[in-house]
Amino acid sequence: MIRVVLPSHLRTLAHVEGEVQVEVEGEVTQRSVLDALEVRYPMLRGTIRDQATQQRRPFVRFFACEQDLSHELPDAPLPDAVASGTEPLLVVGAIAGG
Amino acid sequence: MSSVRVLVGTRKGAFVLTSDGKRERWNISGLHFAGWEIYHMKGSPTDPNRLYASQSSGWFGQIIQRSDDGGKTWHQPGTPPGEPTTTPEGMPKGESNKFVYDASPETGKPLTTHQWYDGTQHPWEFKRVWHLEPSLTDPDTVYAGVEDAALFRSTDGGKTWQELSGLRGHGSGPKWQPGAGGMCLHTILLDPSDPQRIFIAISAAGAFRSDDGGQTWKPINRGLKSQYIPDQTAEVGHCVHRIALNRSRPGVLFMQKHWDVMRSDNGGESWQEVSGNLPTDFGFPIDVHAHEPDTVYVVPIKSDGEHYPPEGKLRVYRSRTGGNEWEALTKGLPQRDCYVNVLRDAMAIDSLDSCGVYFGTTGGQVYASADAGDSWAPIVRDLPPVLSVEVQTLP
Repeated sequence: MIRVVLPSHLRTLAHVEGEVQVEVEGEVTQRSVLDALEVRYPMLRGTIRDQATQQRRPFVRFFACEQDLSHELPDAPLPDAVASGTEPLLVVGAIAGG
Repeated sequence: MSSVRVLVGTRKGAFVLTSDGKRERWNISGLHFAGWEIYHMKGSPTDPNRLYASQSSGWFGQIIQRSDDGGKTWHQPGTPPGEPTTTPEGMPKGESNKFVYDASPETGKPLTTHQWYDGTQHPWEFKRVWHLEPSLTDPDTVYAGVEDAALFRSTDGGKTWQELSGLRGHGSGPKWQPGAGGMCLHTILLDPSDPQRIFIAISAAGAFRSDDGGQTWKPINRGLKSQYIPDQTAEVGHCVHRIALNRSRPGVLFMQKHWDVMRSDNGGESWQEVSGNLPTDFGFPIDVHAHEPDTVYVVPIKSDGEHYPPEGKLRVYRSRTGGNEWEALTKGLPQRDCYVNVLRDAMAIDSLDSCGVYFGTTGGQVYASADAGDSWAPIVRDLPPVLSVEVQTLP
């Protein structure tokens, strides 16, 4: 079970509070986790990745295990601690503005 | 007794303002969609409880929201609350914010390119929905004007969207270019007398008309003159801010261009300037009285470099002669130290016998007049900057 922490606006859209959990079959990567997240919470489609290009939105970041994983390839494996459910994947709205 | 419902989109969420027909005492509900930009909300003319809202954020992109109870509750159309999030076949729902441009079969990239700030050609990239225009006859059909400029239509209540790509594909697309606010399709007018006729306007390309339900399009900018483009009377490239019509006379259009207030008496085939005695003919919104097709409203703004009312006096100007002769409407509006702007989608007209006029400001005020503009009072004063105002006249 993969743990994901969403920013508050996306928790509101998904009608959830706190962490969410998704099942991922096969390798645990950004893409497989986000795919599973969007199947479980289809109202989030397009909010983290562009609907057409599937690219990460510029002001959305992915953190885990005190690392910034935003620039990792979408199919690169996530840290073992995320894959095992020990640590969550954090989806973060970047600080922007004044 | 009739009542009105005013739909206000702001930089930080949405508000629904309701009153009886006297329009003196108001109930304010909100904040809906807290923290999100609501570029526009509009209700279906045939089912007033069906509302559509464009919710967007610089972080999380575009969301379409729908209400089926007049704004009390909202949901994303593909995923009603309490229903399964997948179809019986196991396919995920949640397509309601999927705006994908028609692509060239050869390249797989969006049809055509447009001019970028540096003069190069740039592919279309979806950013947000500026305007939602529900069909005049079917509550499940709604049009969306988007940035980068294109027109989309949903026929299933906002669940899925398809581009009417004849607009971008008609030939002048490579000459369109973004204005300061982006290259947006911000105005959609459906002709009540001809279901095949649609008018739209784009900044900075101009006005366009379809006579076949949106399949094919032609620019309708003859008579416009814009000093900020090399060929001042070019077929496209004009920064049209808003166009408006009266339902009883849809062949007559009024336009607030970047500079100049214009009028067409032939469905946009040609335009003439009617700025007349306005203190400045720069501005954003324009609207027409519900019952008097020659009564027109604008809000003059000092200049494109100074987005505030001349002399710090907030004045709506009204013409009762279809343009050229304008009178300042000031009663109840601040006449000193006022430096707000009124954006293009932030004026609306109700259809009560004594026609109501509404507008919202970037300072967060929403003003209403229940007497066609003779006098004004604020409904609310301290909202976030107002992006859009629509009004529904309810039985």
